[in-house]
Amino acid sequence: MLLSVKNLSVGIGTLTLLESVSFDLAKGEIMGLVGESGSGKSLTALALTGLLPLIGGRVTAGSLEFDGTDLATLPKRKLRALRGRRIAFITQNPMTALDPVQRIGPQVDFVSRTHLGLDRKEARARTIELLTQLRIPQADTICSAYPHQLSGGMKQRIVIAMALAGNPDLIVADEPTTALDVTVQAQIIHLLTRLVRERGLALVLITHDMGVVAQACDKVAVLYAGRLAEQKPVHALFASPQHPYSAALIDCIPREGMAPGSLTGIPGNVASATAYPAGCRFHPRCPRAGAGCDTKVPVQRGLSDAGTVACHYPLNGALDV
Amino acid sequence: MLGYFIRRVLVLIPVSLAVSMVIFSIIHLIPGDPIDNLLKIGAGPEQREIMTARYGLDKPLAVQYWIWLSGVLQGDLGTAIVARRPVADLIAQALPHSLALGLCALAFSTFFGIVLGTIAALNRDRWPDQLIMTVVLLGSTVPGFWLGLLLILVFSVWLGMFPVSGARDWSAMVLPVLTVGLGGTALVARVTRVAMVEAGQRDFLMLLHAKGMRPARIQLRHVLRHALIPVVTILSLRIGWILGGAVTVEVVFARPGLGTLLIKSLNQHDYPVVQACLLILAMAVMLGTLAGDLIQAAMDPRVRAAL
Repeated sequence: MLLSVKNLSVGIGTLTLLESVSFDLAKGEIMGLVGESGSGKSLTALALTGLLPLIGGRVTAGSLEFDGTDLATLPKRKLRALRGRRIAFITQNPMTALDPVQRIGPQVDFVSRTHLGLDRKEARARTIELLTQLRIPQADTICSAYPHQLSGGMKQRIVIAMALAGNPDLIVADEPTTALDVTVQAQIIHLLTRLVRERGLALVLITHDMGVVAQACDKVAVLYAGRLAEQKPVHALFASPQHPYSAALIDCIPREGMAPGSLTGIPGNVASATAYPAGCRFHPRCPRAGAGCDTKVPVQRGLSDAGTVACHYPLNGALDV
Repeated sequence: MLGYFIRRVLVLIPVSLAVSMVIFSIIHLIPGDPIDNLLKIGAGPEQREIMTARYGLDKPLAVQYWIWLSGVLQGDLGTAIVARRPVADLIAQALPHSLALGLCALAFSTFFGIVLGTIAALNRDRWPDQLIMTVVLLGSTVPGFWLGLLLILVFSVWLGMFPVSGARDWSAMVLPVLTVGLGGTALVARVTRVAMVEAGQRDFLMLLHAKGMRPARIQLRHVLRHALIPVVTILSLRIGWILGGAVTVEVVFARPGLGTLLIKSLNQHDYPVVQACLLILAMAVMLGTLAGDLIQAAMDPRVRAAL
């Protein structure tokens, strides 16, 4: 297993924002990490890349084993050597991801110069090769352009090129397409999945778009209010969601032949981290909530379809206990 | 870019004209005239009339301005009424002293301001920041002439390290440069610190960390690089100010610069000299702003694209 996250908890100050999240990821696999805003998706990404200190956060419990080493206890310097080299990060908004006063070329070159020890010329050759592979026309001209001269989709390709430049084993992409046009979104997702398949990488794809999950991912972990609700192979999730929250997320996807006005959202809002409800955090919004939901925290239980769910009253009763 | 530069230089012409008109009118509003300084005690009104006519001061103000302007346009700054020498000579003598002081003070405040501001920003809310910002607050509120006197008292009178006044050699430059430069240092340090803190919150820094860049490199090569853009703006406003702002300091240290010349000519109502000095200071401010805008365009491709 390339990546094995066990009981990961993340806190900022006295607040625990991510609680006991576990998942595994093998080489060549794409895992979707879904949930509403505030569910802890981005925190998971920052934990995986060792960037939590930037936002004042830290791993408070659990482990993040990457190829046998625990990232949670790794010294800063060693984390930095991994970052950009074996673990690449694609940030949320390509519009603001690049340094506006530096040309594109050097920004990409930095990765292979630092991590692969290439000299200026070799690094540039590699950059041009990568940009060409990412179907960026006139790669050498783009290298001397500034970010404001490129479109959003083009910038995201540049960010992806940076991620690939260090020959990573794991890519963490935090909502890589949220800021882009719908048509460009599809291109970027297609590009990412193709790269992962071709190169045998592992990808953690953070998104709140269930359509993207269905299109790109092998498995999926559903986060709700800082806890893992359910995780399983993608086809199993769409075929028989166990957690009422997963089912509700799937119901939010528009489908062909739906009557106008029949698309529903999930009533209520994600609870604030300063006032999480006791018991299952989803219970105030849950149609199946019953006795015990407001007092007992549901534990992860194994499912017959190779997943786990944390719910007292799962939908299809396919529990394997 | 070149078109922009040419447009900016062309704009200087009407602005200079307007500035010269304002200067001309204001000087003549000051009570008294240069003839007072030329007449012997007890001279009669006829003599005054003769003298006034000799220097053209009896003509309407608009005509005087026209005479002066046509001279300036032909490269003739006129002759000093009281000092009785070509104004160009007086300026040529004074300007190098002011330029030397101004440029040294500018270099001093740029270097130390940026260094102190950076140290403060990197140690935000810890003791080095608090110490630097306290000193800087003091530095930016103390008036230059008072600081000059204090420095003279300590370093020249008590310690005897530097001459009290004059412009004989480099040692006479130290205290004036410190006096002018410390205020600028304080300003630059404050602006640098704020700009660094602001630039340190930019989104793109996340990706630099994600690429595995060392934090020190991120701070110096990217955060400071961005922070310097507003600092350049402030500095460009100071380029002109430093020539003019050194006026009182030059007087305190009795340096034979533009400031001393200006004050002396003002006291004597020596119109042509005052006009020339003020026009040079105004030009310095305008050229400083222009230089600042050009440097900013050189530093930021987005500004270049907008030109």
